[in-house]
Amino acid sequence: MSRKLLLEHINVPGINTLEVYRQKGGYRAVEKALKTLTPEEIVEEVKKSGLRGRGGAGFPTGMKWSFLAKPEGVARYLVCNADESEPGTFKDRYLMTYIPHALIEGMIVSSFALGAKVSYIYVRGEMMPQIRILERAIAEAKAAGWLGKNILGTGYDLELYVQPGGGAYICGEETALLESLEGKRGNPRIKPPFPAIAGLYGCPTVVNNVESIAAVVPIINDGGEEYAKIGIGRSTGTKLISASGNLVKPGVYEIELGLPVEEFIYSDEYCGGIANGKRLKATVAGGSSVPVLPANLTLKLANGEPRLMSYESLSEGGFATGTMLGSGGFIAFDEDQCIVRNTWNFSRFYHHESCGQCSPCREGTGWMEKILHKIEHGHGSMEDVDLLWDVQRKIEGNTICPLGDAAAWPVASAIRHFRDEFEWHIKEPVKSQTQNYGIANYAVPIEKAPVVEEK
Amino acid sequence: MLKVEEQTPVTLSAELLAKFDEVKSRYPEGKQKSALLPLLHLVQAEYLWVPTSAMDQVAAYLNIQPIEVYEVATFYTMYFLKPQGKYALEVCRTGPCCLVGAEKILDHLENKLGVKEGEVTADGLFSFRGVECLAACGYGPVLQISPEYTFYENLTTESVDKLIEDLKNKS
Repeated sequence: MSRKLLLEHINVPGINTLEVYRQKGGYRAVEKALKTLTPEEIVEEVKKSGLRGRGGAGFPTGMKWSFLAKPEGVARYLVCNADESEPGTFKDRYLMTYIPHALIEGMIVSSFALGAKVSYIYVRGEMMPQIRILERAIAEAKAAGWLGKNILGTGYDLELYVQPGGGAYICGEETALLESLEGKRGNPRIKPPFPAIAGLYGCPTVVNNVESIAAVVPIINDGGEEYAKIGIGRSTGTKLISASGNLVKPGVYEIELGLPVEEFIYSDEYCGGIANGKRLKATVAGGSSVPVLPANLTLKLANGEPRLMSYESLSEGGFATGTMLGSGGFIAFDEDQCIVRNTWNFSRFYHHESCGQCSPCREGTGWMEKILHKIEHGHGSMEDVDLLWDVQRKIEGNTICPLGDAAAWPVASAIRHFRDEFEWHIKEPVKSQTQNYGIANYAVPIEKAPVVEEK
Repeated sequence: MLKVEEQTPVTLSAELLAKFDEVKSRYPEGKQKSALLPLLHLVQAEYLWVPTSAMDQVAAYLNIQPIEVYEVATFYTMYFLKPQGKYALEVCRTGPCCLVGAEKILDHLENKLGVKEGEVTADGLFSFRGVECLAACGYGPVLQISPEYTFYENLTTESVDKLIEDLKNKS
């Protein structure tokens, strides 16, 4: 069994209440941080831990915190990014539902470290049940003196509020989130200035993902050095992985970074293999925006070594043979799934969610969706595949925010690794409407094919 | 161009305005426009959609221009700009849910309710639509029902039938 830091007490009845959370050691980090550490010492511990942003980008959290401008007489803000909308990712929803106090405790410690007197948790609007859970937990924490004026008699004041979004994936991008929190359309801002200099209301602001903020609690409890001992290389600590698709046991798992991908998919401790005795065709390892990989490249690096669940190993080989850990949204496709159809589905998502601010993304995502729809429905031509490749190339890197890249990468990787399947749809339009291309060409290691017993 | 449905103007109740005051107090002085998204949610919870006259009153309440409210209400997908069914069903139709049968659920709802996506049943009880990722990919297919956003996971056509019957009986 691997070490659990965030989900250790997930199965304890009543862990969503302050009372039970306290019984399991909750709010020790607040006590330690506010009474025995200075804000600078907390930032130092987070730096030592090697924690990297768990929302997808993987930027070192301690370094992000140390960039925060601290002009005198100007408010500073901590904003938690709980606008979880990346297809394949549902870990933050899980954490907020079952252990809301883990996030609130992390918010208090982090706000203290950053000198914020008012903090917001921006939750995607669709998560109304989670918003209610968080509001209830905040009220509990406030009544017990963990929030509000003069917390624990230390003289530190903090107000914490939950802000509902309105249903827009783009608000997961930190500057779009800040625009939305200011009551505007979620159009991303041009950076620089970064939020650390001019964020919410033009004030210095740190925006962190739910999981990153919750991870600050064990870092303060055990020390940054202890946290850094977990994991592998620069991928320190544990990570929540949301597993979905054709798996025996989809769900949210906490892993130590460095776990072999093969073990994550096939061991009973985690996903338990591919559902219905099927074989693995492909995966998306870090949410829909990261490149899709065929099964053989999911399990092994190009040099034949096992691929690991870590920032470095998953991106080994660049996008030619690798992908990204991203937000940890792990989607498995079995042999019956159609790559063209899935790529069209993802393109529809990005077209729908493009804020429309940058032309390449606004026009390009819709264009890609149309071409993919055409190919998927048996009306494509060979030139369409090249056109699709050309369009995605013109979106990537040419937009204010990374949504353009997020829309381009699934298309690029699908063509890169599964071009035969696109061409088959074009050559066999009738057959492709009723049959699947299968996985014969994708070199799935034979030992990974589960033996189906004859009845 | 935004098509504005013919509407009977509404007047926001004192109870709703009291809730507005509480929300507005969460933001620093002069930054109350931040309350806009939460206020629109409160309006929708009350009327099951967001009438134009309510948007105008929200604008007046926040001391901003009505266009500032319209541009927000039209940008975000959660705000209904025309009346929905009492139970507005939203089925996730993004990748991971489709891998486990979301499209079948949408087809089934269309047959079961006898209306197309976005339309309201004759009795005014139901409307449905496909939405993009609801962040519950491991438990798909999933649907939620506004304005409470009650959530249903691991759907089958049978469980959807039962859900519809239960909601009909509740009404």
